[in-house]
Amino acid sequence: MSQNTAVKERKAKPVARKDMSKAQWTLKEMKKHKAGYIMIAPFFILFFVFTVVPVFLSMILSFTSFNLLEWPKFIGLDNYIRLFLDDDIFLTAIQNTLIFAVVTGPVSYLLSLFVAWFINELPPKMRAFVTLIFYAPSIAGSMYQIFGIFFSSDRYGYVNGFLIEYNFITEPIQFFQNASYVMPLCIVVALWTSLGTTFLSFIAGLQIVDNSLYEAGALDGVKNRWQELWYITLPAMKEQLMFGAVMSITGSFGFGGIVTALAGFPSVDYCAWTIMHHLEDYGGQRFEVGYSSAIATILFLMMIGSNMLIKKLLSKVGQ
Amino acid sequence: MARRMRVRNHKVVLNRSAGGDAGITALLVVLGILMFIPMYFSVMTSLKPLDELWIFPPKFYVINPTFKNYADLFRLMNTSWVPFSRYIFNTVLITVAGTFGNLCLGSLAAYALSKIPFPGRKTIFQMIVLSLMFVSTVTGIANFITFSLLGLIDNLLAIILPACCSTLGLYLMKQFMDSSVSNEALESARLDGAGEFRVFWSIAMPMVKPAWLTLIVYSFQGLWNTGSSVYIQSEQLKTFNYAIQQILSAGIVRAGASTAAMVIMMIVPVTVFIVSQSNIIETMASSGMKD
Repeated sequence: MSQNTAVKERKAKPVARKDMSKAQWTLKEMKKHKAGYIMIAPFFILFFVFTVVPVFLSMILSFTSFNLLEWPKFIGLDNYIRLFLDDDIFLTAIQNTLIFAVVTGPVSYLLSLFVAWFINELPPKMRAFVTLIFYAPSIAGSMYQIFGIFFSSDRYGYVNGFLIEYNFITEPIQFFQNASYVMPLCIVVALWTSLGTTFLSFIAGLQIVDNSLYEAGALDGVKNRWQELWYITLPAMKEQLMFGAVMSITGSFGFGGIVTALAGFPSVDYCAWTIMHHLEDYGGQRFEVGYSSAIATILFLMMIGSNMLIKKLLSKVGQ
Repeated sequence: MARRMRVRNHKVVLNRSAGGDAGITALLVVLGILMFIPMYFSVMTSLKPLDELWIFPPKFYVINPTFKNYADLFRLMNTSWVPFSRYIFNTVLITVAGTFGNLCLGSLAAYALSKIPFPGRKTIFQMIVLSLMFVSTVTGIANFITFSLLGLIDNLLAIILPACCSTLGLYLMKQFMDSSVSNEALESARLDGAGEFRVFWSIAMPMVKPAWLTLIVYSFQGLWNTGSSVYIQSEQLKTFNYAIQQILSAGIVRAGASTAAMVIMMIVPVTVFIVSQSNIIETMASSGMKD
């Protein structure tokens, strides 16, 4: 009986963290919050199987030669050596991917920011309408293929039709068969579809900047809207800027589908061939799994790398 | 200074030059028109009768609008050897199942990450943030192997399961919970003896309705546009968008039917967005990423 009371007393005494080792404390917290694990488990199992494992599996397979039929054979860095030294098309793909990312990423990011900033002062109904006009192309599915009809290579294409009508040219231009037009056109189309999540996030971020900050800024001598943007608005929505950057960067690497739909697979002279296409070619069609895993790993590292770089740059906003 | 303060849209607006206002408005109008032209043309072209489609030079407007292109599209669809309703059924099945799965798994996970301080949640959340930083193409090949091992090649589950664990909607919901569900409300319910699932369902969930809707819209948009996939080979398991792409691939020869197809594919997500816009913007207000 007395023993029982003693146990009860010990239990009732609050346990401080310093009384235990770190492992004991963690274990206790884990038991206390086991509902958390149960709730996250269904999501996490699928996430682990379909997102985490594949990233590591690709990294491992990139050091092997594997065709899905025989057991993978370890070949060290051979895939990477072949990619950078023997595969001219891959070097074109890296170049095009970088051009695509460096142009569409920042341009779509700044376009999202400025359009969101411009429309922030419109009355709510008007703002909702203008938001729809700018956002709709990004969710319009395959609507971008209308550009294939605009720039169709015969005189019934709108652009050729007008250029011929007003005597700028006499023969229709083969827009998507001419290497010097394909990349710029695809970039324009990609930009048309690029005001997506980043744009919505900025619109929302601008609306929640505290009004008193602007009043205080005016007293502190902010002279014009540009100073206000740089010294007050942008620092106040820094977290949105970061999220938007992640969305824009990821998007800027994902425009392969637009190129395929407009310029064909492969595009003329591989002029708009990106890493995504190379991956699709070796992984989805030739089933060279080891080799395409190396391509996927490089693409993965490029995307994570550029995200980290931009994170560093954005920490300087407003300084 | 105070003399120059103006109020616009219930907010104090400072230091705005009239010239700047005019310039910005002009720029916005020009950009808006550029964004709108392709949409406008798709709709116009889809309403043109055959003889107007081939007028040279092409016209900006329709003289005798007709729905014949839409009728043609349905006639073309019926020539496919798999009944067209099958493609539509597949797309609807994928979209509904994937969105429902993502909503259930995502909201449970978002609640756990936001409101239950279990050890390891920071690491898991960092993994989720990291997953927003790369496109899913990267994982395609490895997933092909996984699906072969699981026997899910040529099975719609190969599309539905990865959609259930998509992370953007979860991320937005978690951030929204952080900022708009107060811990005090949850704590008092816990003291009353409610279990975590009960707290989740009857207190947290009703407070984050905008985030649900955002998750649903994002999942829906992604799945609605599912086209051809390496995981699916049988014709009777292909999607609506895949069938549309087959029609589009004929190019300008079928400009009428193609644009009709584009308009049909566009109308659904755009309508969904119009209905849910204010909720999505509300959710996006807390989308910010802390470092």
